[in-house]
Amino acid sequence: MKSILMGAATLALMAGAVHAEGHSAATADKRIALSNNYAGNSWRQAMLQTYAETAEAAVADGVVAAADAFTTSENQTTEQAAQIQNMILQGYDAILLNAASPTALNGAVKEACDAGVKVISFDSIVTEPCAWRIAVDFVEMGRQEVDYLATRLPEGGNLLEIRGLAGVSTDDAISQGIHDGIAEHSQFEIVGSVHGDWAQDVAQKAVAGILPSLPDVVGVVTQGGDGYGAAEAFAAAGRPTPLIILGNRQDELKWWAEQRDANGYETLSLSIAPGVASLAFWVGQQILAGEDVPKDLTVPFLTITQDDLDSALETTPEGSVANVSYTLEDAQAVIAGAK
Amino acid sequence: MLARYRILLPVISLAVLLCLTFWMQPRAMSYFGLNLLFNLAVPIALATIAQMMIIMVNDIDLSLGAFVSLVACVTATWLNDAPLIGALILLGLIASYAAMGAVIHTLELPAIVVTLGMSFVWGGMALFLLPTPGGASPSWIRTLMTIKPPLIPMAVVAAILIAALTHILVIRSKIGTVLRGVGGNTRSIARAGWNVTALKATAYGLSGLFGVLAGMALVGLTTSADANIALRYTLLSIAGVILGGGEFTGGKVSPVGAVIGALTLTLAASFLSFLRLSPDWQIGAQGAILILVLTARLLLSRKGAAT
Repeated sequence: MKSILMGAATLALMAGAVHAEGHSAATADKRIALSNNYAGNSWRQAMLQTYAETAEAAVADGVVAAADAFTTSENQTTEQAAQIQNMILQGYDAILLNAASPTALNGAVKEACDAGVKVISFDSIVTEPCAWRIAVDFVEMGRQEVDYLATRLPEGGNLLEIRGLAGVSTDDAISQGIHDGIAEHSQFEIVGSVHGDWAQDVAQKAVAGILPSLPDVVGVVTQGGDGYGAAEAFAAAGRPTPLIILGNRQDELKWWAEQRDANGYETLSLSIAPGVASLAFWVGQQILAGEDVPKDLTVPFLTITQDDLDSALETTPEGSVANVSYTLEDAQAVIAGAK
Repeated sequence: MLARYRILLPVISLAVLLCLTFWMQPRAMSYFGLNLLFNLAVPIALATIAQMMIIMVNDIDLSLGAFVSLVACVTATWLNDAPLIGALILLGLIASYAAMGAVIHTLELPAIVVTLGMSFVWGGMALFLLPTPGGASPSWIRTLMTIKPPLIPMAVVAAILIAALTHILVIRSKIGTVLRGVGGNTRSIARAGWNVTALKATAYGLSGLFGVLAGMALVGLTTSADANIALRYTLLSIAGVILGGGEFTGGKVSPVGAVIGALTLTLAASFLSFLRLSPDWQIGAQGAILILVLTARLLLSRKGAAT
């Protein structure tokens, strides 16, 4: 066993001499796993897709030995905790984590850290200090939505808020940003709030349910993946379409383009790019390569304005979400930016 | 099937799954590995015992998952910040479980409906207490759940302790025997002069007690809580009882089997993930394992009846 390890180390060293630059060979025998808690919407599907592409290419290039993706069958913290513990047993060197809960996985994450496994949480992050966190400034995203509304509707009015999956940190952060924005622009008032679970069908049902009880609504603040459903619900109820902030989904962009062509509809679309999984992958690779990576990293969110609508719509596959795939260089830039 | 053979099938199912897991993932065959495989089974085992107390008196509890979630929320907030108030709340929860049993019996309400309704009450209270995930585990619970006893990992020690204690309580003790009698034949127990309402309240109270222990153990492992943390436990606990040789006809339960059933279910999930089965198939595969074991039991009991 020892000689095999030694052999592998020698090989790695030899390979290291060849490609010393990207530190890729230092991780040639490392195995990375993705622990994902939910796959039931277009964003997560695009995320898994991007991750699979990045991972496949990296494994083919010999950057890492394996980069497998696991998704829990139900969005439950106990199940994901068990999944993380299984990954420790399977001997993965790093776990990329999109967490079902910011806190309830801390026990399992600590077990992983204690076993020498690097844990990199992204998108929905965990609070355990031993893990790395690749977060989007979701609070800022919520605030920008209201700022944009304030430029378009200076006289203010009633807003409907569509929230995400209850109990997930992302949902809290975006909502907090929206409420901060409202505190700043006091001409707006949130008259209703529903959970759309970041899925069009859920959002449509939820909005249709609350609409009859609402006064006139001038704007809808959303979290992404729910704007098209909201538009459908407004149309079905025969109410005028308010200014709906969109979340980069292809169906939302398509609807936006149709509305723009029909009646000059203008809005803003913003969301975190599902490609953040590929960023997490490269950050994980850098950590395994022995780079000094700060525990807290920030990625910018992807904003689509009226001007880039057509180009964004062209590059987004049907049923998916506007995306960017991050590279090793992007990861290094993000790491350098956080230092 | 004779009662003493009832335990055989769960033991065999667990042994087979364990061998398969060790074969797939030799790393699991260690102190560290066993603990990782089974530590999340400890709260499930406690919840399964809680469910067993209800199934024992011929009822079923659909609120258990929500109840354990609520207990987890209380443990991570009140019990941590103000231990005395926290303990009082937990005692109150056990008492309300006992009251629920008494109400179900006196008003002759179907338990399935009452507990389903109560699940929304527990769920609402949990959300009220902890609208966003958080809280922290009291340090003594964390210490207890991460303790490293010599030779045998905590999870295995805990499973053996739970099985042994509940075996004594349910099978050997006087009160346990009478409670099983309530499930088997309520009328004869009533005619023998027992107060059935009090007995049902006792069974539900015991269930509440084990539900509280399950929630506390869970928080000890996860270090914090959220309002939906244990929703899966309702179905897992019912499956665990049945997998462990219990029957819906009341009175026929096996505490040791229930603990083994909980371990088997936990292991089945890990085994499927080691198999690299797609998550879309995992729930179905878990169900298939359950059906497989139940079919085996049916075949065995038919054979037992024929000879």
